[in-house]
Amino acid sequence: MTTYEEFIQQNEDRDGIRCTWNVWPSSRLEALRLVVPVGCLYQPLKERADLPPIQYDPVQCTRNTCRAVLNPMCQVDYRAKLWYAAISEQHQPAELIPSFSTIEYTIVRAQSLPPIFLMVVDTCMDDDELGALRDSLQTSLSLLPSNALVGLITFGRMVQVHELGCEGLSRSYVFRGTKDLTAKQVQDMLGIGKPTTSGSGGNQQMAGGLPANRFIQPVQNCDMNLTDLLSEVQKDPWPVSQGKRALRCTGVAMSIAVGLLECCYPNTGARIMMFIGGPCSQGPGLVVNDDLREPIRSHHDIQKDNARYIKKATKYYEALAIRAATNGHCIDIYSCALDQNGLHEMKQCCNSTGGHMVMGDSFNSSLFKQTFQRVMARDHRGDFKMAFNGVLEVKTSRELKVMGAIGPCVSLNAKSPCISDTDIGLGGTCQWKMCTFTPNTTLAFFFEVVNQHAAPIPQGGRGCIQFITQYQHASGQRRIRVTTVARNWADTTTNVHHVSAGFDQEAGAVLMARMVVHRAESDDGPDVMRWTDRMLIRLCQKFGDYAKDDPNSFRLPENFSLYPQFMYHLRRSQFLQVFNNSPDETSYYRHALMREDLTQSLIMIQPILYSYSFNGPPEPVLLDTSSIQPDRILLLDTFFQILIFHGETIVQWKAQRYQDMPEYENFKQLLQAPIDDAQEILHTRFPMPRYIVTEQGGSQARFLLSKVNPSQTHNNMYVYGGGESGAPVLTDDVSLQVFMEHLKKLAVSSA
Amino acid sequence: MPSPLHVMIDDQRAKSGIFYTNQKGHVPPLVTTDFVVQDQGNVSPRFMRSTMYNIPVNADMMKQMSVPFGLVVCPMAEVFEGEQLPPVVDLGEMGPIRCIRCKAYMCPNMQFIDGGRRFHCLLCKATTEVPSEYFQHLDHTGQRVDRFERPELVLGAYEFVATKEYCRDNTFPKPPALIFLIDVSYNNIKSGLVSLICSQMKNFLQHLPKEQGQAKSPMKVGFITYNSVVHFYNVNPNLGQPQMLVVGDTQEMFMPLLEGFLVDPVESETVIDTLMHQIPSMFAETRETETILSPAIQAGLEALKASGCAGKLLVFHSSLPSAEAPGKLKNRDDRKVLGTEKEKTVLAPQNTVYNMLGQDCVAVGCSVDLFVFNNSYIDLATIGQVSRLTGGEIYKYTYFQADYDGERLVSDVESNISRLCAFEAIMRVRTSTGIRPTDFYGHFFMSNTTDIEFASIDPDKAVAIEIKHDDKLSEEEGVYLQAALLYTSISGVRKIRVLNLALKSSSQMVDLYRTCELDTIINFFSKQAIFRLLETPPKTVKESLIARSAQILACYRKNCASPTSAGQLILPECMKLLPLYINCLLKSDAISGGSDMTVDDRWFTMAAVTMMDVPSSVVYFYPRLLALHDMEGDVPSHTRCSSEKMVDNGVYLLENGIYMFLWLGLSVAPEWVMSVFGVPSVSQVDVEKNKLPVLDNPLSEKIRGAISTICESHHRSMRLTIVRQRDKMELVMKHFLVEDRGMDGSSSYVDFLCHMHKEIRSILS
Repeated sequence: MTTYEEFIQQNEDRDGIRCTWNVWPSSRLEALRLVVPVGCLYQPLKERADLPPIQYDPVQCTRNTCRAVLNPMCQVDYRAKLWYAAISEQHQPAELIPSFSTIEYTIVRAQSLPPIFLMVVDTCMDDDELGALRDSLQTSLSLLPSNALVGLITFGRMVQVHELGCEGLSRSYVFRGTKDLTAKQVQDMLGIGKPTTSGSGGNQQMAGGLPANRFIQPVQNCDMNLTDLLSEVQKDPWPVSQGKRALRCTGVAMSIAVGLLECCYPNTGARIMMFIGGPCSQGPGLVVNDDLREPIRSHHDIQKDNARYIKKATKYYEALAIRAATNGHCIDIYSCALDQNGLHEMKQCCNSTGGHMVMGDSFNSSLFKQTFQRVMARDHRGDFKMAFNGVLEVKTSRELKVMGAIGPCVSLNAKSPCISDTDIGLGGTCQWKMCTFTPNTTLAFFFEVVNQHAAPIPQGGRGCIQFITQYQHASGQRRIRVTTVARNWADTTTNVHHVSAGFDQEAGAVLMARMVVHRAESDDGPDVMRWTDRMLIRLCQKFGDYAKDDPNSFRLPENFSLYPQFMYHLRRSQFLQVFNNSPDETSYYRHALMREDLTQSLIMIQPILYSYSFNGPPEPVLLDTSSIQPDRILLLDTFFQILIFHGETIVQWKAQRYQDMPEYENFKQLLQAPIDDAQEILHTRFPMPRYIVTEQGGSQARFLLSKVNPSQTHNNMYVYGGGESGAPVLTDDVSLQVFMEHLKKLAVSSA
Repeated sequence: MPSPLHVMIDDQRAKSGIFYTNQKGHVPPLVTTDFVVQDQGNVSPRFMRSTMYNIPVNADMMKQMSVPFGLVVCPMAEVFEGEQLPPVVDLGEMGPIRCIRCKAYMCPNMQFIDGGRRFHCLLCKATTEVPSEYFQHLDHTGQRVDRFERPELVLGAYEFVATKEYCRDNTFPKPPALIFLIDVSYNNIKSGLVSLICSQMKNFLQHLPKEQGQAKSPMKVGFITYNSVVHFYNVNPNLGQPQMLVVGDTQEMFMPLLEGFLVDPVESETVIDTLMHQIPSMFAETRETETILSPAIQAGLEALKASGCAGKLLVFHSSLPSAEAPGKLKNRDDRKVLGTEKEKTVLAPQNTVYNMLGQDCVAVGCSVDLFVFNNSYIDLATIGQVSRLTGGEIYKYTYFQADYDGERLVSDVESNISRLCAFEAIMRVRTSTGIRPTDFYGHFFMSNTTDIEFASIDPDKAVAIEIKHDDKLSEEEGVYLQAALLYTSISGVRKIRVLNLALKSSSQMVDLYRTCELDTIINFFSKQAIFRLLETPPKTVKESLIARSAQILACYRKNCASPTSAGQLILPECMKLLPLYINCLLKSDAISGGSDMTVDDRWFTMAAVTMMDVPSSVVYFYPRLLALHDMEGDVPSHTRCSSEKMVDNGVYLLENGIYMFLWLGLSVAPEWVMSVFGVPSVSQVDVEKNKLPVLDNPLSEKIRGAISTICESHHRSMRLTIVRQRDKMELVMKHFLVEDRGMDGSSSYVDFLCHMHKEIRSILS
């Protein structure tokens, strides 16, 4: 028998799945008492090199209400249904081999469609920014497969939809930046769907019956033309008077992009890539007006209901997000500016469609350039690491019902018997749409145990969940990936330790984080915090081992021991604390948390700190003030930032240039080691983190100081008597120790 | 029967040569007379003519006499050789000197008093301090000693340079721009129009106007094409190739680009060339038949607005705007109602879209010239409103074929472009006390009761203004008139053109009848009648014209003529052609065009008459009939407009400024036909041709020379129709032989004269 840790790891590697509980309680009431819901994190596109190529359609259950796909669990025959495919020993199909609980089918008869990339470029930027962006875009053309379809829209005060492949003169269709148009109007004004009036372009039909249009063309046909067009993209020429913002119609531009794809390529994978250098300042979707005297809204304004455009704008972008998602199109937002660009209002565009949200200071930064290149990353087969227009369906055995999903998807409102009446996240459906997703994309699912307390599920059985993901592979193929998982049932009234032993505290923490953040999006900050605390206390009460009213007696089982710490850091994190963050930043951070896989999510919740010293190899250290030592170099990974921190002594040595002296070669190596490790992270992480090198007392050190557990502060530094145990942090926040003491007190309290 | 030819010849004999304008109330020569104006204090008759130069002292006399008191003002008229353009006076920061009360501009009619410290305005009688910078001592006659150095003290016409206060937003204007708006829908492609315009664009741009001494025209140009959407072109000289920007939002048109739309045609020459090469091929395969118009004009307007300059749109339009967009029109063609009481229903606009558009255009100084290439009803009565209100011109080429009518179009565009127009102009006429301007007729917009606004006014347009008494006049003082036109020149200089005219006033009928100007009266009557036609049934309008003429003549008979038998018709000398001309007026297409013409043609001629200056209206109402077979030197002899005067072996050219016919008698000498047409007999002449073959012989050259001289005398070129005697087309031509009885039953000269006589007698008895 392997340990649970091995089991969990094995499951994750094979199926991309992490369940909060690996043994499931046998009744609804018991499930509720577990505090952390029965649920899982699922990566539908988990990279698996060993999947067999299956070129036939999946075999489905013939019962109309089921239609589950044949899988290894079928041998269990848990629904007493007959699969007509006899399990012949000689020709056992792959989907029945136990190690293929995750399997992928390629539907060969389905039409193969190239991916579509529609670039929507803001031109209200200074020449440096625009130049850098232009270079990145031109480079990206060479990274696209030659059959990919591309289009270009530029906007500033107005929106220009560029026709591709014109000779002799360049042609674009211009739209007013203040007027929202329906897809039909966009179509009419672009002359799509009616006989073309001009010689070029023609009106031949594309394969598949889609009307050809002159705006979206295969990159192989218009590569040169598009490169020229991009090089002619100029800064928006309309004058911006003193004290005004440039008029920028991001809202209308996005609407036109959505409308264009909506009428040309409905239900086909497509990316709308928005590159914006400032907030939308006119027309629908207005985030801030063009008067510079009026600053863009802050969290404070939002709380005080002083943000006058926010509701309308959010509603507008949400509607666009739904339209795009309905057609299987995703919206990426690359937002680069020193101030906010309105990501807060636009967040649903990325969150609902699975599009990327990237926030940077400048298009001329490596953060943007690298990140954008990484979007175009390919796998070992040369295909993009992105899938399009996916529909994920959940099927459960009859003891389970699905409550909802949290992640970069939208509900398809598909009804089925396996849907719970209680929602968590996007519920009331058994199907969700993911317009685009990557191998890292992770969705959280929540399940309800159906059986009542009085009639629990008999022991010995297993509950099954099947995830069926149909999607357009980057190669254009239609594929279906099926993951089927099963877990044992246990009666918690008699065998509570069976269930508790199966707790995956990491999955639990991430799932709870998603729930909390999901709540925070709609609820008030303090309420969410109270709820988080209450849940934590209840969990400790349920699984802790203690004597009533004796805090010192409190113990948690080993597989729960890190959970309170995760919650402590989550409470302090930028996901829940908006202080010192702009609404855009908050939206950006939350966006990442809601889609990354478990490992990355944990880094976001509780950053990792490594320490480098002469005393030995680099080692992970406590995220605590005590880890800040003068003779150490620290490497902090918060997912969004990679920070190298030099202790006081190191700084002095560096100032005296020991690293340049041959006899101190080891110091040079010490300096280099964290840099190398940081580079490694920088090379793989998406989006590329902000890279910071700082030192004790440096202004950027705040990124580290705000993350570490403030066990030493200006309030208690003299208690511990001295600086050698670390560097105090100027904060009134409670430390983890204090937090734990309170937690214990509350958990054991009988009141 | 008085003959117009005799009147013209007599006037030519008596008044040709130099015409000095030094006298108050001096009647100028007829427009047909060759004369050279010497400005000596009153405006040249080229700019302004009055219907009468001696004004009755009170309204009662006015009423009795029934001659209208009106001015026909053509403020930008071209001057003739030997005449001087109004000189420009720049008073710098001080700006023009004006009367403190009536705001009249400094003119020879201001009297300096108090040793030159103040001046007395003869218009409103107020006294104004002379600004110290302008002060000058007076000589012993009470005149300023510097008067001969200052045009505004001695001339009838001159210009002041305006200061910032006279400019929009208190900033000096930019040079106006010219925008070509080309309808690229099926009809215009098929007729070859688009190719023709594009291939001629280089030539057109060389005709951009220049002011004296300019090497290059200051005007910028821009290009728009349209069908059911609007295409703007970026022809920035720095571009490798032109950019086309399509705006499909016809509901709310806007300007999609800022720089590169209006360009210097020389700097952007190569890009424009490329564009003109691209446009015809780009739309060669078009099947678009539904067009828009209002949004296209709006586009031009927005372009000018965005560039902050005035300008002119040349719109080359093909068909009734039927595409779903603002300004969409329905086909309400019904020529049967023409000439009936219901004609208003097709002659008035069907909606106000184009009127509102016109007003918007005027507000930014954007005038609209419509070149119409229709194959069917296009509703000029509605779309023409935008030209009417903006002081624009309308050209009409029905059934246009580039290879057939191309030359005519090219010459029209060339002459249109090359004219020195005034842009963003406002004209006000000030008068001395006792009279005031009340009614205004012409192509312009008025937002109040005094200021006439023109988005642009060119040298060929005139405005008629009726002046009425509001008090008694004194015989000693006379009447003073000052028309001031504030405008932006093609170089972007804001100027005020001041035109002064002094008239006499009299209580003697004899004096009054001696100084009437019949050509101007007819011009005035025609414009007034056309305005009335839109409110009153045509019958009433015509009857009132007849009644008024009878009243004029009866009043003369009663008060001035020596008593003779009642049966004798006595006509005042200067108005002896009144019956003939009134009859011509009544017979004209503009006033009584019936179902034999299209509604568009009818409206077109009405519009043409509304803006005509006096020389054009004379020819329009009494067409020129020239005997080409009988030439004195290079000048064909002028013949009365009657078929009785035409001989079978003659060749005649008939023209009225809109139509031109070449009539070939069946017995023309074969040598003549051979020399001019290159065929041995009249029956072999190809009457489908619209020009004469170029043959290398003196007669051919002479005839072609004569025809082109005629064409040059009009600002719009005419289609030459060759008519063989007894061909079908002869009927059409005969319609213009105005002394004859018309096919539609209209009276001949003789009949009408008798009728008039009868009317006069009935008034007298």
